[in-house]
Amino acid sequence: MKRVGVFVCHCGLNIAGNVNIKEVVEKAGKQQDVVFAVDHKYLCSEPGQTLIKDSIRQHNLDAIVVAACSPAMHEATFKTIAQLSGLNRYNCEIANIREQSSWVHDDPGKATAKAHITVHQGIEKVRLNEPLQPVTVPVTRKVLVIGGGIAGIRAALDVANGGYQVYLVEKSGTIGGRMAQLSETFPTLDCSTCILGPLMVEVFRHPNIKLLRLSKVEEVKGYIGNFKVKVRQEPAYVDEAKCNACGECAKACPAQVPNEFDFGLTWRKAIYTPFAQAVPPAYVLDAKNCLGLLPQACGECKKACDKFGTSCIDLDAWPRIHELEVGAIIVSTGYELYDAAKLTEYGYGTFPDVMTSMEFERMLSASGPTTGEIKRPSDGQTPKEIVFIQCAGQREPETALPYCSKICCMYTARHAMMFRHKVPEGQAYVFYMDIRAGGKGYEEFVKRCQEEKGLLYLRGRVAKVYEENGKLIVKGVDTLSGKTVQINADLVVLAVGMVPSSESHELASKLKASLDANGFFSEAHPKLRPLESPTAGIFLAGAGQSPKDIPETVAQASGAAGKALGLLSSPTLEREPTIAHVVGELCSGCSICVPLCPYDALSLNAEKLAEVSEALCEGCGTCIASCPSGALTLRNLTDEQMVAMIEAIVE
Amino acid sequence: MQSYLYFPGCSLRTVAKDFDRSAKACAHALGFELKEMQGQLCCGAVLSNVDDNLITKAGPNRILARATQEDHTLVTLCAGCYNVLKRTDLHAKLASPSQQTINTFNEETFNGGVDVIHFLEILRDRIGFDAVERAVKVPFKGLHVGAYYGCLLLRPAGEMKFDDPNRPSILENLLTRLGCTPIDYPARTDCCGSYLSVSSPGNVQPISGAIIRSARSCGARLLTVSCPLCKYNLESSQLQDSSGSTPDDFLPIVYFTQLLGLALGLQPEELELDQRQMQAVREATTPMLIGGGKK
Repeated sequence: MKRVGVFVCHCGLNIAGNVNIKEVVEKAGKQQDVVFAVDHKYLCSEPGQTLIKDSIRQHNLDAIVVAACSPAMHEATFKTIAQLSGLNRYNCEIANIREQSSWVHDDPGKATAKAHITVHQGIEKVRLNEPLQPVTVPVTRKVLVIGGGIAGIRAALDVANGGYQVYLVEKSGTIGGRMAQLSETFPTLDCSTCILGPLMVEVFRHPNIKLLRLSKVEEVKGYIGNFKVKVRQEPAYVDEAKCNACGECAKACPAQVPNEFDFGLTWRKAIYTPFAQAVPPAYVLDAKNCLGLLPQACGECKKACDKFGTSCIDLDAWPRIHELEVGAIIVSTGYELYDAAKLTEYGYGTFPDVMTSMEFERMLSASGPTTGEIKRPSDGQTPKEIVFIQCAGQREPETALPYCSKICCMYTARHAMMFRHKVPEGQAYVFYMDIRAGGKGYEEFVKRCQEEKGLLYLRGRVAKVYEENGKLIVKGVDTLSGKTVQINADLVVLAVGMVPSSESHELASKLKASLDANGFFSEAHPKLRPLESPTAGIFLAGAGQSPKDIPETVAQASGAAGKALGLLSSPTLEREPTIAHVVGELCSGCSICVPLCPYDALSLNAEKLAEVSEALCEGCGTCIASCPSGALTLRNLTDEQMVAMIEAIVE
Repeated sequence: MQSYLYFPGCSLRTVAKDFDRSAKACAHALGFELKEMQGQLCCGAVLSNVDDNLITKAGPNRILARATQEDHTLVTLCAGCYNVLKRTDLHAKLASPSQQTINTFNEETFNGGVDVIHFLEILRDRIGFDAVERAVKVPFKGLHVGAYYGCLLLRPAGEMKFDDPNRPSILENLLTRLGCTPIDYPARTDCCGSYLSVSSPGNVQPISGAIIRSARSCGARLLTVSCPLCKYNLESSQLQDSSGSTPDDFLPIVYFTQLLGLALGLQPEELELDQRQMQAVREATTPMLIGGGKK
């Protein structure tokens, strides 16, 4: 026989405005085992918590039900106060009479009746609850960072500076990501490589960071604190430690391929360095475009390296599998560009002088295809009339991306300004829907670009771009004057949206981390837990979670690193004990439950009976539903408790 | 012989008999038949697509209700009928209160379920362009023809799902199979002016005229269409005055079924091609200089 206390919260008028609190308290007081029932205006407040604490002592309670808001809000608060008052924390149950009663039922009578049922269920459950102890698991105090863009770089450095080992996995031949491709950054116009470069070098030299380039995560097992990760590293065919980046190999290489770093606006060799500041500062052989490795067809690079260089090329290298053990994973997989060729109204891919903002960005860069000069791809002439189209394929739920990529208003203003700076006699037009310049110094930056550089902003969309007599005819509408506009342009730049990395889907399934409707990694809570995946131990940083600019990405990366450091700060970690449990004498060892467990928590032990790994089980209940002999139960949610709760509803 | 239930619509009974006859002849040559449905009415043309006047939807709903008595696939040729009937079916499927009102008024219940397809879709999806190409007896040799789509075949794209609304290719793909050299010109998806030719004809001339100029400057010697109204607007914009006399550089307009028929070996009379059109076809087939067309 337990001595149960019931505490009913008014939540100001949130609950009391629609639920008859007095009635709920009275009815609760009459239930079996309930020895005390009381209400309070704000149970979560200090006086409210003191009331709970004092009542537990005064009435010698050994279980309590708190009827208040959603357990997502204050379950931890009330369980902790129960524990501080000498109760086992699993003898405290929450009855949600706010989200599930007062807020959702218009009729106070019905809301009160529902609140009563909810409280009654809580009482029936807590009567049969057992005292439990949290499960303690050890923590591997290392972190895996997936993606070596600015987010991954910042996160890796912060964790490494905190004193823990970091593995930084990058799929390409260098770290740096999208930021390395940028010319300048808004709103301060810092040279992108100048501010990124030192961080890349720091990663390379940091004793706590192991950088794995040309690598992809192949398999993830385990759980928070104890992940086991297999990483496959493709060979670079160049010894990083020996290569001095002399470039003789590339000179000798006969295979030319479009350079992805410049979005195909330039060529590179099959053995190459992505850009001058690449880290690690070593060449890499792109096996796909090499004339032949198996069998070797050419080998000119190796000959050149042996003759003029440091003999660092090994054409017989093989991929390697790294088996890593880490306690936390930071996902910073970044973004790609929406395929502009899908936006057929703009003719990207058909007309050479229609380009994306990223291609234009490369053209602005001193290390880009035109060494910073603005030229038309078709004939190399300097464009005089240039049209920027913002929101290209964005905010278009029916045909393209439904969302806003958040950064295009800013970089387009910068692009238009740079164009006028480099081509003073030219004219820049910007078609926009709204100017979204929220951020420190952002609005001022856009205004300055518009006013100082005389940019022509046209509020409206472009219907069509086509070529006529060597000009690109841009037909659009200016919704402020209500007139259609035609601009005979030399160059058109499309601000296409950001989409998540094409490999994030595959990675998410390996990590068992969820993605949102647009394919970005989901956060556990949009406001309160924005740096974490709902899967414990996985943290998120950068544009792989949602479109964002560099300052926001860096802030999120440091935040995610802080979360990971917090996790690693203790050698062990506690997990909820409300998990599955096998009643040994009932189990027949049929193993139906084993493959059904989404967390790999079930296995057959030496006696061929089912066994639950306490560290892995999330308490989802799938195995319990599948067990034909009823040998599996969920701690503190047994069949007996379920029946008692159902009876409380149907009574 | 495969038979398709067919709705010609008003224009194909009157100003566009050539479209109707040439399509039927082509169908026959390709081994299928267009069987006219019973109880035809006017589809209401584009007016049926307005949302705020249900009476305009009575006609197309009746047509589809009657069609269901015979078949669940209905073929159209006129781009206007195609657009109206296809969207009427989509609207009916939503089972909205307004659909109930229409059904009550009509006393002929229709709740969607007719697969409204265009003749071009039979060629592309059911017969296949490969088979059409095999059936070609007299291939054109580089006929410089511009395909004109207008709006109604393509838009709204989410509902019509016919082709890319900005860069459609179905007509060009067909014409290529017939041996033509389709001309790409930017105005091929522009609006022809539609029914403004009734209410304010002065506004149509500049719109249609721009299409003609665009096609001609890109080297088209002939235009092909799938809509009687487009054809009317494109032709009348070229007439010099109210006398209806044609200028020297008149760009002839033919239905795609007429070109298809010629390639299938049918006679100009069966396709109702007049002498001027035939002459244009012959002239456009001869090799021409870059920037071509008569000045």
